[in-house]
Amino acid sequence: MLSPGLILLVSAAYMGLLFAVARFGDARADAGRSIITANVYALSLAVYCTSWTFYGSVGRATSGGLSFLTIYIGPTLMLLFAGVIVKMIRIAKTQRLTSIADFIAARYGKSQLLAGLVTVIAVIGIVPYIALQLKAVAASLDVLIGKEGAGYLPAMFDSTLIIAALLALFTILFGTRHLDATERHEGMVAAVAFESVVKLVAFVAVGLFVTYGMFGGFAELFQRAAATPGLERLLQLDSAKAGTWAALILLSGLAIIFLPRQFQIIVVENVDESHLRRAVWLFPLYLVLINIFVLPLALGGLLHFQGQTFNPDTFVLTLPLARGAETLALLVFIGGLSAATGMVIVETIALSTMVCNDLVMPWLLRTRRFGVAEREDLSGLLLGIRRVAIVAILLLGYIYFRAAGEAYALVGIGLISFAAVAQFAPAVFGGMYWKQGTHAGAVAGLLGGFAVWLYTLLLPSFAKSGWIDKGFVENGLFGIGALKAQALFGLAGLDEISHSLWWSLFVNIGLYVAVSLWSRPDAVEAGQAERFVDVFKHAGRGTDARLWRGTASAEELVGLLDRFLGRPRARQQLANYAAGRGLDDWRSLPVDAEFVRFAETQLSGAIGSASARVMVASVAKEEDLGLDEVLDILDEATQVRAYSRELEAKQQELEAATAELREANERLRELDRMKDDFISTVTHELRTPLTSIRALSEMLHEDPEIDVDDRTRFLGIIVNEAERLTRLINQILDMAKLESGRAEWTTGEVDVAAIVREAMDSVGQLFRDKAVALEGEIPDSVPAVLADRDRLTQVMINLLSNAVKFVAGGSGRVKVRVVAGERALRVEVIDNGPGLTPEECVVIFEKFRQGGNTMTDKPQGTGLGLPISRQIVEYFGGNLWVESSPGAGATFVFTVPLPAHE
Amino acid sequence: MRQRLAALGLLGIPLLTFPLLGLPGGSWAGIPASYLYLFGVWALLVIAAAWVAERSGK
Repeated sequence: MLSPGLILLVSAAYMGLLFAVARFGDARADAGRSIITANVYALSLAVYCTSWTFYGSVGRATSGGLSFLTIYIGPTLMLLFAGVIVKMIRIAKTQRLTSIADFIAARYGKSQLLAGLVTVIAVIGIVPYIALQLKAVAASLDVLIGKEGAGYLPAMFDSTLIIAALLALFTILFGTRHLDATERHEGMVAAVAFESVVKLVAFVAVGLFVTYGMFGGFAELFQRAAATPGLERLLQLDSAKAGTWAALILLSGLAIIFLPRQFQIIVVENVDESHLRRAVWLFPLYLVLINIFVLPLALGGLLHFQGQTFNPDTFVLTLPLARGAETLALLVFIGGLSAATGMVIVETIALSTMVCNDLVMPWLLRTRRFGVAEREDLSGLLLGIRRVAIVAILLLGYIYFRAAGEAYALVGIGLISFAAVAQFAPAVFGGMYWKQGTHAGAVAGLLGGFAVWLYTLLLPSFAKSGWIDKGFVENGLFGIGALKAQALFGLAGLDEISHSLWWSLFVNIGLYVAVSLWSRPDAVEAGQAERFVDVFKHAGRGTDARLWRGTASAEELVGLLDRFLGRPRARQQLANYAAGRGLDDWRSLPVDAEFVRFAETQLSGAIGSASARVMVASVAKEEDLGLDEVLDILDEATQVRAYSRELEAKQQELEAATAELREANERLRELDRMKDDFISTVTHELRTPLTSIRALSEMLHEDPEIDVDDRTRFLGIIVNEAERLTRLINQILDMAKLESGRAEWTTGEVDVAAIVREAMDSVGQLFRDKAVALEGEIPDSVPAVLADRDRLTQVMINLLSNAVKFVAGGSGRVKVRVVAGERALRVEVIDNGPGLTPEECVVIFEKFRQGGNTMTDKPQGTGLGLPISRQIVEYFGGNLWVESSPGAGATFVFTVPLPAHE
Repeated sequence: MRQRLAALGLLGIPLLTFPLLGLPGGSWAGIPASYLYLFGVWALLVIAAAWVAERSGK
């Protein structure tokens, strides 16, 4: 057995280390270099795993098999709904809300009644939970020291009391160092994250030791358990417990955000919303890891201690001790200690803030007996109250632990606490997403739910411990069977937790919704509902400024801040605020609604939103706006938001329309430019033949002496040029007709093969003159197509005469192919001329663009043939294009679609 | 990202409650299927959440 002295020394050393970590965290925070990273934040969330997890899970697994996992699956699923949590964080930050009580009270009109009610529920629900932690530490000490070690200290030095005192000291040192408007404690968070690592390491170590050191691994352990009567059922999932399973997941999912310590860590201690990104998976991963060995440990304990009586809650300690692994047992003890201390510290801070802000301060400010309202500096008093509250809460926990001992009321408290804080869910979720939820509804729901919880869960647990008469559980209140505490109205067959959760949430939600719908909020409440529900899109300053009307003096407001925050801190916040509004000196700040709101927010961080409102109202002359006016202002704000959204949409539409118009204008300009180009090109083309005709005619006219040969030659040229001119004018007219859609078409069934042959015959002389070979590959009969016979002939002749122009005389070859495809007839004119570059393949279809170099060569055509041909082919639904590359000849192809099959 | 995580949560609820939980029976390599299923699905859910949360940058 380990010596008591060594254990105390190690415990003291561990606590010392904790102090050092917290000190370091605070020092770094003061220096402005926070050590709260996303990882630290995520790990600090594991304060959820208390000694109830560390020791109790194994105990639960020995009786319920895998059902203990529900307590950890619930939080995993809840964290995935990160949007809800981000919204809570954002609301709490903008309003400086520092506890769950403050959160609920602020939403429902900064009500002192609600704040007090939530605080009372939390204290009643949580103090026994703190007692359970102290008990766990005491029990683990007993196991470690053993019977012979008992009496190592005089009875007055109770080891649990010492630990409680140390915890109180720690909490006071790191939880109430100074009054921070944000109520953030970085040192404490760092220490809690450190503790999370310690307990995980300790638990995994003992898990590995038992699974692989004492047994031959997972498979052997499970197989031996399966072969042992009574243990095999722990390996199965009992579908008869489906209801309990779901209820526990819901319960633990709610607990992960509504337990005061979890709210403190997740919401209040959050430094940066983006840290949640890490916590969403790192904390669940932590839960997976710490739970892997729970069932193996439970089975290992049951197998190892078969036939002996051992408390399964201490298996994690007794198993290593049974093998003499004392160092490991000591590590496990430290792990359990860290689980207990982490929970106690954070829970106590959260509760003390609530007790101070929501119970004691409102009372002190109201009773004039202590002259609190007149005191100069209240920051010291505030810290004093919190310290006293910390000591009182821990003392209460200690007394409860001593009084309850082994009683059921302590052992089962974990889930009972969960069910108590689950009562906050309707008021919080309703408040965040439902503007109609009212103060009266929240009070009714909370009171109803709390009463049902008390009657169906807490009081029966007292009865089971033998503290009060069992009559109301067994026979019902006043002997009425329908009022049996754990089978209310005959609802039997559920376990006590599911039963209580079902009834309490039923009453809670029912009252909250019904009373909310039947009551009207007051002016403050309506404003707060807007700020909570629309926190992400809240217009902010403008509306806030209009929601408060009245007069206040800067001196009195600053005086208020001085009194509650302490002078130096108040001045620092004022300076920051002034800088935020672009002023050098806070004394020049205008005392407007925004300033009043700033003061109230600052105060609310220190004394809670309800008290802050009362204090500000006491120095400022407020005008009562009345509910209708407030609702009008809020409606207006909503409308303004809607209008601005509409305006934005309109503006976007306008921009799109402008862009379209610009594009259309661009196209028009392009067309205009093209038209100009066309006219200048046409005049140029017409002038060339005219010029030569005129020049030659003048020569003939002025010089009658010219000899006959020359005269004949000149006249030949004139005739040629005049023909060219006529052709050109005809084609331009043709083109203009085609483009304007006024061309005449006589469409009928035509035989393309016949047209191609005729065209080849009619241009045959041209080919023979230039000695170019022309061959055809034309089927005897091709399907008839719908087209204009003369027009198609025109296209064919144009393509053939182009081909003969560009091939070399003598060696030139032109081949015509007609192919009947499935959908269309395809006509190809293949030459072995110089070919075309890819750019030319495109431009030759533009008007007045000719093949070859137009700058040096004499133009060989009008430059209108191909554009006209293309227009014609496209009119019949076909295509005309060219496939070519330089030096490889060119293939002009056009298609004419076949009539659709019947 | 919030919507993707919430979708994972909505997927997790039926996967980790009855009646689906009643499906795995027997054992695999000596380890009860129920144990493997619970931890397997849970771990996969955590991994998926990590992937979704860390993939979308700042």
